[in-house]
Amino acid sequence: MMISQPVARPDGGVKVTGRARYAADYFAPDLLHAVLVTAPVPAGRVTSIMVDDALAEEGVVRVLTHEDMPKFGRFASPRAEPDTQMQQAEGPPAAQSFMPMQGDEIRHEGQPLAIVLGETLEAAEAGARRVALRYEFAEPELPAPPEWTAIDKAAVVPRESGFLFLEPTFTKGEVDRGLADAAAMVEAVYLQPSRHHNAMEPSATLAEWNDGELTLHDATQHVYGVRQVVAARMNVPAEKVRVISRHTGGGFGGKGWIWPHQVLAAAAARIMQRPVRLALSRANAYSCLGYQPRMAQKIVLAADRSGKLTAVQQDVVNLTTVTDDFVEFATEASKGLYATPAMRLSQRVERANVAMPTPLRAPVEGPGTWALESAMDELAHRLGIDPLDLRLINHADTDPATGQPWSSKKLREAYEEGARLFGWRERPRKPQRDGDWLIGYGMATCSMGCFRNPTPAAEVRLHRDGTVLIRTGTQDIGTGTLTIFPQIAADVLGLPMEKIELEMGDTQLPEAGPTYGSSSTMGVGAAVLAAAEDARSQLARLANLLPDEVEMQDGKIRRKGAAGGQTIADVMSHTDIGEITGSGSFDPAQHGKGLAMRTFGAIFMEVGVDPGLGLLRLRRAVGSYSAGRIVNPRTARSQMTGGIIWGWGMAAMEQSRHEPVLGRFLSKNLSGVAIPVNADIPGDIIIHFVDEVDEHASPIGGKGIGELGATGVAAAVANAVFDATGKRIRELPITPEKLL
Amino acid sequence: MTPFVYARADSLGETIAAGAAPDSAFLAGGTELLNWLRLGIAEPTRIIDISRLDGLDQVEALPGGGLTIGALTHLNDVAQHALVMRDYPVLSQAILNAASPQLRNLATIGGNLLQKTRCAYFRAEEQLPCNKRQLGSGCSALHGINDNHAIFGWTEDCVATQPSDPAVALAALDAVIVTAHRSGGRRIPAAEFHLLPDTRPEADNVLQQGELITAIELPAPAPRSAYLKVRERESYEYAIVSAAAVLEMDGQTIRRAALALGSVALRPWRLSAAEEQLAGAEIGDREALSTAIEQSFAEARPLSQNAYKIELAKTAALRAIERAARMPS
Repeated sequence: MMISQPVARPDGGVKVTGRARYAADYFAPDLLHAVLVTAPVPAGRVTSIMVDDALAEEGVVRVLTHEDMPKFGRFASPRAEPDTQMQQAEGPPAAQSFMPMQGDEIRHEGQPLAIVLGETLEAAEAGARRVALRYEFAEPELPAPPEWTAIDKAAVVPRESGFLFLEPTFTKGEVDRGLADAAAMVEAVYLQPSRHHNAMEPSATLAEWNDGELTLHDATQHVYGVRQVVAARMNVPAEKVRVISRHTGGGFGGKGWIWPHQVLAAAAARIMQRPVRLALSRANAYSCLGYQPRMAQKIVLAADRSGKLTAVQQDVVNLTTVTDDFVEFATEASKGLYATPAMRLSQRVERANVAMPTPLRAPVEGPGTWALESAMDELAHRLGIDPLDLRLINHADTDPATGQPWSSKKLREAYEEGARLFGWRERPRKPQRDGDWLIGYGMATCSMGCFRNPTPAAEVRLHRDGTVLIRTGTQDIGTGTLTIFPQIAADVLGLPMEKIELEMGDTQLPEAGPTYGSSSTMGVGAAVLAAAEDARSQLARLANLLPDEVEMQDGKIRRKGAAGGQTIADVMSHTDIGEITGSGSFDPAQHGKGLAMRTFGAIFMEVGVDPGLGLLRLRRAVGSYSAGRIVNPRTARSQMTGGIIWGWGMAAMEQSRHEPVLGRFLSKNLSGVAIPVNADIPGDIIIHFVDEVDEHASPIGGKGIGELGATGVAAAVANAVFDATGKRIRELPITPEKLL
Repeated sequence: MTPFVYARADSLGETIAAGAAPDSAFLAGGTELLNWLRLGIAEPTRIIDISRLDGLDQVEALPGGGLTIGALTHLNDVAQHALVMRDYPVLSQAILNAASPQLRNLATIGGNLLQKTRCAYFRAEEQLPCNKRQLGSGCSALHGINDNHAIFGWTEDCVATQPSDPAVALAALDAVIVTAHRSGGRRIPAAEFHLLPDTRPEADNVLQQGELITAIELPAPAPRSAYLKVRERESYEYAIVSAAAVLEMDGQTIRRAALALGSVALRPWRLSAAEEQLAGAEIGDREALSTAIEQSFAEARPLSQNAYKIELAKTAALRAIERAARMPS
């Protein structure tokens, strides 16, 4: 059995030695380097772009402006239904409907206005500095000050579009009665700043046209999405576009949807009739790509004396750009976490001249659990009930919003095991001190919805010599798919890992969905599983065995439970077939109909606060999760640890600040945006998975985990800070000035 | 990046002769100069690599007490030098709290003092209104985001702070910065090396074109000394506030104290009024220590968002004194 084994990453070596090639590592003969010239103001109109000085730089070949650009095609959202107002609506996988360089309008700071093309990167950079812009400044819409009254006033109902995945409001039961009947109530506003993905690899695209066919080497979480959107924008059939992404250097949602720069690279290459390499600068990564938007959430929780919730009300407002309404559905947390007879939820947006937001690990329940799990802690203290008990009292045995049964849920076990590993029940209740440090303990529930993407096809080729090639058009973003897909095939075909090769990251391979939303194991994993089983069945038939009655081990196939067996080579030598091609797919509609699906967990944290210096430090953490079957406990542990660290960043330091006068991000540079470093992270982080198989979510039995670990953490930290200091922090990040 | 001529100097004389040319820059560790080039903060046409100059990377005891540190000594080599660790823990600690191990292996002690402010407006990838980037363009931070800016010595022209950690320790130690120049060298007190924005906001320090730091001299040993740095993450981050304390003690009584704060002004900020009053105070008398520190904050002026730094700085100073007192003498 290879599944559930802690197999080490086969790609570890090439990555730590720098041999793995990322998009910006690809070059083509005769290529041009592209550097973007971007808008210095958040709103207005470009009146002239003077390029003479730039062209005078040695090595600068051309400066492209909106006047040189083709008219880009529209990309209709796959969600758009005919004969509705949605018909023309754009949406994912396009990150935004607005395409820059189609006119003179400036809609946000950092918007691409011109592309400088040089024989070398140095020449293009020097040229970009010499492009002189003249513009008319327009009074921008800027984000409201970070407090509820101002944000509430600026908020509007989101318009219908491809980015509106769900109804913006949801009601169930009689909320007013629930509020009136309450013995205890919490009403509070929780704020969080905009945050960028800050992937190690800034996005990069190499675009090359040959006889009307376009090849892109791209940093992406979705090669097929890039193909779809770039083809539509460039007005060519999708078959004319090939997208290759062997490795992507971190996604976290930032490379999930398709951004303008990918299209601009393709357009520049077609105009120049030469390959064009556009590697975004770090500053570009702050303004030409998305981010998790600044959010304000007002929550009301009402409960009876026993702690049972009688009503939940949540109003969420997130920042978005003027052109598109990105909606960050934090209310999903309230819909899915706790049993309550009544809820009233609403999502609104605040439009401003800022870049378009996008999902960021963890979206949806990431912000949702920050607010809800903070409020639950406040409620627990008001009622004098242990925060863990309050959650157990309100455990949702069925989906709170729909009443549907769960596909599988072992949250009670996750709470219990997590509490035991942490020593939650035995934690000191009196204030604890360690020198200048006040010690506090906090916990929160973790949860993430199940995003299941269809995987139209995957192939498993079994060769006569007992080697296997898996072919799938998914991509590697570092999450461990290069390890677990071979593991799945090895498991079915009874072969060791080193016999399995994996080819992915190319639209010439069978179509797969995106690598985001913690969806790859369920989707691509299930398709690989089906393809491997198909290959095994074909081999069984060649061996004159009934496909349903065979097993494979040590390179041999035999009747289940029988001894010995025939080698793959022996079976295949009876025929002239050199290889067997198994194919598989995954269609979520065929699995778990009528069931609610989620992953769950609990995070327990111990923090230290030095109130004199305003310092907050993590001392230890336990994460305990109910996420279905774990295909690889080693890569899974690393994912969850990474999620907790990511959550610590959200809680303690991360913010991309909107400059209130200039209408830009204050710092478009990692030296001005703190993210956790090794010294912030103690060794004492324990990860536990409940033994579970969810046979409904996917034939793999597993569910997604990549985002789950990042949920709940910020609330657990704020709850621990409250425990340590008596101070309730409702605005992230919890930086020194808030703790003094 | 603008093209430049790269030259390697073989002798000190050659170096200071070459450095006199306008638009030339010295290259030592390169960890800061590269930032300036990438951001367009500086566009030198001639870069003189001094990293291979002989004899400028030694730490040596001075006759009659004290220590001289060659300007090209790498930060980690200073911090981990036995004499520095034993006799000047405040400097060792300040360095080990600076940057990352990788940067400290490359950066030099002389170059560290020449780093410019980390104000995000100044460090923007394109020029924003900033008198340090372009004199006369104004100060974006004054009415913008200034929660981590100066509380001492700022003017409406510039509210930034100097970020060097070692500089704060050197100011508290009364170190001397030794320079060489075509017109002769100088000995500059560390606390006077950096410039406040009151006269020339565009200038960072007193060095003239072509003037090279050759050494840093430390006076008599200061074993009872400590550095404390406050920042939201544990490593690889500039200070919100830092404090260096150097004490001489008679038993539990402070005989002499020197205190400097970092990241509160455009230069390390000596708390002279506090130092005077600390002489004679008992180390266990927190109230007396706090009252003394308070004396130096009469001149503190918060900006719109950074009043919290005043309380924070007072506590940091107090903690640094207590920490220094606990060091073995």
